[in-house]
Amino acid sequence: MSAVTSLDDHYDVAVIGAGPAGLAAATVTATAGLSTVVLDDNPAPGGQVWRAVTTTPVQDRRVLGDDYWKGQEIVQAFQASGAKHALGAAVWSLSREREIGVSFGGGARMLEARRVVIASGALERPFPIPGWTLPGVMSVGGAQTLLKASGLVPGGRVVLAGAGPLLWLFAHQMLQAGGQIHAILDTSDRAGWRAALKHAMPFVTSPYLVKGLKLMAGVRRRVRLLTGVTSLAAGGRNKVEAVIFRQGSEGGQRMAADMLLLHQGVVPNVNLAMAAGVEHHWDAQQLCFVPVLDTFGGTGIEGVAIAGDGAGIAGAEAAVERGRLAGIAAVRALKGDTGKLPDETASRKVLAKYDGARAFLDTLYRPSRGFRIPAGDTIVCRCEEVTAQQVIDNVRIGCTGPNQLKSFLRCGMGPCQGRMCGLTVTELIAETRGVTPAEIGYYRLRPPVKPIALAELASMPKTESDVTAVVRI
Amino acid sequence: MFQRVGKSEASVIISVDGTRVTARAGDTVAAALLAAGLTSTRTTPISGTPRAPYCMMGVCFECLVTIDDVGNRQGCLIPVSEGMRVDTQKGKREAGR
Repeated sequence: MSAVTSLDDHYDVAVIGAGPAGLAAATVTATAGLSTVVLDDNPAPGGQVWRAVTTTPVQDRRVLGDDYWKGQEIVQAFQASGAKHALGAAVWSLSREREIGVSFGGGARMLEARRVVIASGALERPFPIPGWTLPGVMSVGGAQTLLKASGLVPGGRVVLAGAGPLLWLFAHQMLQAGGQIHAILDTSDRAGWRAALKHAMPFVTSPYLVKGLKLMAGVRRRVRLLTGVTSLAAGGRNKVEAVIFRQGSEGGQRMAADMLLLHQGVVPNVNLAMAAGVEHHWDAQQLCFVPVLDTFGGTGIEGVAIAGDGAGIAGAEAAVERGRLAGIAAVRALKGDTGKLPDETASRKVLAKYDGARAFLDTLYRPSRGFRIPAGDTIVCRCEEVTAQQVIDNVRIGCTGPNQLKSFLRCGMGPCQGRMCGLTVTELIAETRGVTPAEIGYYRLRPPVKPIALAELASMPKTESDVTAVVRI
Repeated sequence: MFQRVGKSEASVIISVDGTRVTARAGDTVAAALLAAGLTSTRTTPISGTPRAPYCMMGVCFECLVTIDDVGNRQGCLIPVSEGMRVDTQKGKREAGR
């Protein structure tokens, strides 16, 4: 499909996002005979974790690894399921009545679905350090996407900084691809290991352990690793030229660098779900907002479910199972138990295995306060160039929360719509006011959640009543 | 500074600020600009400082470019196509541009 007119007005099931969860959910519902459409703004199926799995130029399987290529099987099952797939389709609105606004192939339209599965996945947690807006500073996930989709490997003196499984996975992939890493600056808190140990038992028996340790050991053998990093800044005039950092309480060090790749974990991508009115709560363990869901991913909105990392971070394997469960629930709701369904118990078993191991990873890689809550001239809102000090100053003169901050500073009102600053702003205001992030809440998100041209809106099919509503008689 | 690895796909010719750039079929616009050696791909409307693609997944909007005369397109989500005209954005947008 390539034009907005090729979409139908109604579907039984609309899935938003073509990553692990979305593909799995759509496969279940389409196989059961429900008309299913998958809408995704990326140019190919796979989401971020399996980005470009059908098109990647990196065909040497040792580079991206088995977990990446596993995605091929899921994509193939999806392609054989009969579900429709709109590539490059940006969903900008979802209402309680399950009416979806989508831009696709230069046009916009509304469509309706009896069941909606939001599978909009995760995004990388903001990493607000001085200089993080300089060219040459990029997220690890961004660099990984360039490798997967375009076979691009960063060159020159490449420094990776931060913490979390993705950082180590990418370091491994980059080395496998023939790249060179100048150094890894590990920001994980040493206290994290002690705290994580009490969650170690389920982790030891999980599929994460052996894979993770092997991968980290391989990278450590080949890359200079600096641990216990407590402060970090990118220096340079019009591009990054150096990384300035401290280890523990030692003095500042300066390392010349051509690229700095940052990562400190991933958080749910909440924009569409929040704008649709799904209730979210603050997760004090994962330090982010997560939706309130039932055991099938169902939200408080009739017929709308959330699956995958958008439902709370659990990783790709868990996302597949959560997608299947959301699919199963949709089939049962629309067809009763008569449809062809996968085994629910099997999905729950796999989920339990990954969920149990998650507490260990979350505790171990919990980003330190200093890397979540910036100070001084560090930019918080990249779009509107608002600094941490400006936020603090405005809170001190009476700004109570993120929504009021918009009027004070335009913070969060640029094109990214708060995606790059939302969590930072919540935590920064909470700390300045001495209350919890739960009490502060998040930006009040409203559709359109993706920018849409007026011309696209104007070209949408109009009913008689739409016209009479605005035309003077 | 990026190097290409992997099998080489058919190339696609685009123009970037009037200069001919060879991209790999399947590249997004943002990937093609980085592969062509552009350090920064826009300057901001607020302070005019240079920026470059950051997330490559449609979240950060740092990769905004003008494509075939339409401004503020997300370069990381749009695949290159033959003859595409890409213009980098400098500072504030002006009426008619």
